[in-house]
Amino acid sequence: MSSLTFIYAFLMYAATVIMVTGVAFKIYTYSRTPAPLKIPTTPAPTTQSGVVFRIVREVVLFESLFKANKWIWIFGWLFHFGLLLVLLRHLRYFTEPVWSWVVLIQPFGMYAGFAMVAGLGGLWARRILVDRIRYISTPSDHLMLLLLILIGISGLTMKFVAHTDIVAVKQFILGLMYFDIQPMPADPILLIHLGLVSFLMIIFPISKLLHAPGLFFSPSRNQVDNSRDKRHLAPWAAELEK
Amino acid sequence: MAVAEFEVPKVQPYPLVDIPKIKPDATVHLKSFPASEKIQEGIGFPGPLVDNWHKVAIDKMGDLLNRYRSLAVYMDACVHCGACTDKCHYFLGTADPKNMPVARQELMRKVYRRYFTFAGKYFPKLVGAADLTEDVLNDWYSYFYQCSECRRCSVYCPYGIDTAEVTMAAREIMDAVGMGQKYTNEILGKLHRIGNNLGLPGPALLDTLEGLEEDILEDTGVAVKMPIDVKGAEVLLITPSADFFSEPHVESLIGYAKVFHEAGISWTLSSLASEAGNFGLFIGSYENMRRAAMRIREAALELGVKRIVVGECGHAWRVAYSFWNTLTGVGHGGEDEFTRALQAQLDPRYPAPQHICEMTLDLINQGVLKFDKEKNDHRTITFHDSCNVARGSRMGNMPGGQFVIPREIIKAVANNFHDMADETIGEGTFCCGGGGGILTDDLMEVRVKGAMPRMQALQCVVDEHQVNFMAAICAICKAQFSKVLPYYKFDMSMIGGVHQLVSTSIRLSEKK
Ligand code: SF4
Ligand code: SF4
Repeated sequence: MSSLTFIYAFLMYAATVIMVTGVAFKIYTYSRTPAPLKIPTTPAPTTQSGVVFRIVREVVLFESLFKANKWIWIFGWLFHFGLLLVLLRHLRYFTEPVWSWVVLIQPFGMYAGFAMVAGLGGLWARRILVDRIRYISTPSDHLMLLLLILIGISGLTMKFVAHTDIVAVKQFILGLMYFDIQPMPADPILLIHLGLVSFLMIIFPISKLLHAPGLFFSPSRNQVDNSRDKRHLAPWAAELEK
Repeated sequence: MAVAEFEVPKVQPYPLVDIPKIKPDATVHLKSFPASEKIQEGIGFPGPLVDNWHKVAIDKMGDLLNRYRSLAVYMDACVHCGACTDKCHYFLGTADPKNMPVARQELMRKVYRRYFTFAGKYFPKLVGAADLTEDVLNDWYSYFYQCSECRRCSVYCPYGIDTAEVTMAAREIMDAVGMGQKYTNEILGKLHRIGNNLGLPGPALLDTLEGLEEDILEDTGVAVKMPIDVKGAEVLLITPSADFFSEPHVESLIGYAKVFHEAGISWTLSSLASEAGNFGLFIGSYENMRRAAMRIREAALELGVKRIVVGECGHAWRVAYSFWNTLTGVGHGGEDEFTRALQAQLDPRYPAPQHICEMTLDLINQGVLKFDKEKNDHRTITFHDSCNVARGSRMGNMPGGQFVIPREIIKAVANNFHDMADETIGEGTFCCGGGGGILTDDLMEVRVKGAMPRMQALQCVVDEHQVNFMAAICAICKAQFSKVLPYYKFDMSMIGGVHQLVSTSIRLSEKK
């Protein structure tokens, strides 16, 4: 095994483990932390299915953001849905034979890459041009955007400018999945792309990327508005009753 | 008291086109009076600043992070998207960037990152983490007491991050180290000691109520009762103590009494629980909130009432609707021993607690109450949704009932009604500027500037529809607007209660 293959195989495994365990740990912490009071924000659903529907709308449509600011909504939505399509398209590197719906979305996935980068560019422009948003931005906010844009651009470059040997890439990835390590193609853009992706996965559990699980645990969004009909007692609060 | 000079913000035509350019530190100097040691001790906190405050503060923060999922999630989830930056009335009115909800949260979040996260421990500059210094603590005292906990920002945040929760946590931490706010904590102490925010003892209440009965008799020729401490009454009314003494609040109290009279429902106030407002909410202290709410449970058991109805107050209604069941078992569905006695006593046909507006509208719909609507014809009315009703609670049995019910009442008792602009009412309502512990003279500048967005929307209906009365269902809104309206060249008597309107046009009969 070449040292390049060794380094990348190690990196990808490490990144996966760190991301999965880190996020799982965070989710565990959130779910273990009690929510002592009912604090759903209006318009709060009165049933559990209403809550599910509300969260789905937040996840799919970014409903609250839409109410708040159309520019952030447009760029944010473009970016996230571009990213989603791109990720789904990448499934073809992980499946053999490739699932037919993954084949079907290939062309969309390619252009979604541009949408993703455009959305990120828009968000970054706001961060720089709008004084309020410039004020609240930390260096890591800028770096995160840079990181995602570089990932997008390096990916697009491999598709549209300097083609990479995707057959070899796929072999490498399938090899990782089945613990039968195959050689890593030494294409510099590919190396950058995968390196950045691994880095992103590693910082996921210690960065603002935690907004992804956070959305599902936000009491103002995930609680049922039924406080008059059901007593809601957290364990530490129940202690006070004794 | 000498009032400091400050510029009253310009009211621009609606819709708001200009989001102000940020002016860093524009209001950093505005601090409410600190609580004395005695005040702090009255509610179970030390004062003044304890010696090992740094350790106490960080420990307390850790404790709260373990106790409140909201805080734990909100500290991590913000992406600095900026969607909330122009949603706070205090930012719109003062242009101080730390009044942007995300920046307000960031005051705590940078400390959280520093002491509780990997990135903040090892790369503080990169992620914007900072030590908890005395300067930071002073910033907290400025800006966490320039938040009315109105939750408007939470409606617009993609993750529902609720700055009010962060503000409450910050205030609880400050209280824990001995840095309390005089206004809120003194009132809370009075509530614990005497039973209401104004510190009115039982005999004073009795006196006032008798005086009011005489007034009504003189006005209407009908003997309407204002009973207190009556055992076996059907309804226990819990209302903000401002209703007993302040204008225009008392007009609504008279309105409630007339409704009970006309509907023939026996009711009573309680000298033990003569306060609906619960300032424990403002400082995020579960224990204080619970202690304050306990009086209501005790009064209900002692008087043997079948229903509990809450008067016009926003924060009171939020605590009553959302928290009473949790805190004290006033509500349904409790399976513990603690709540069974109360549930056995309360009439299951009615929600517990019930809002006075829910009760009145029910009676109107049943045809029990009759009105001479033209008696309100000298008024052209608009309705101000109070934050904690609009965003923290509900009425009736459908989502959004809290928006519909008060408006239905107004339309049933008066002829002229016009809503303010859509984005400024309902769930997007703008705070009066005085909620959440800000209603103190030492913060007058904050209050006046924070009221600007509401004044702007009001100006618009005044110009377009000649509105001359703004109805509200919150004691704080009423007190705040009475003070602030004149700064914007409105008449202070423009503000009043929904039941004030009911009181004006209700047809009273002798009997009952
Ligand atoms: S809760 Fe209200 S006052 Fe506090 S930051 Fe949010 S919008 Fe401003
Ligand atoms: S809207 Fe929410 S996520 Fe966006 S900056 Fe404000 S608090 Fe943070």
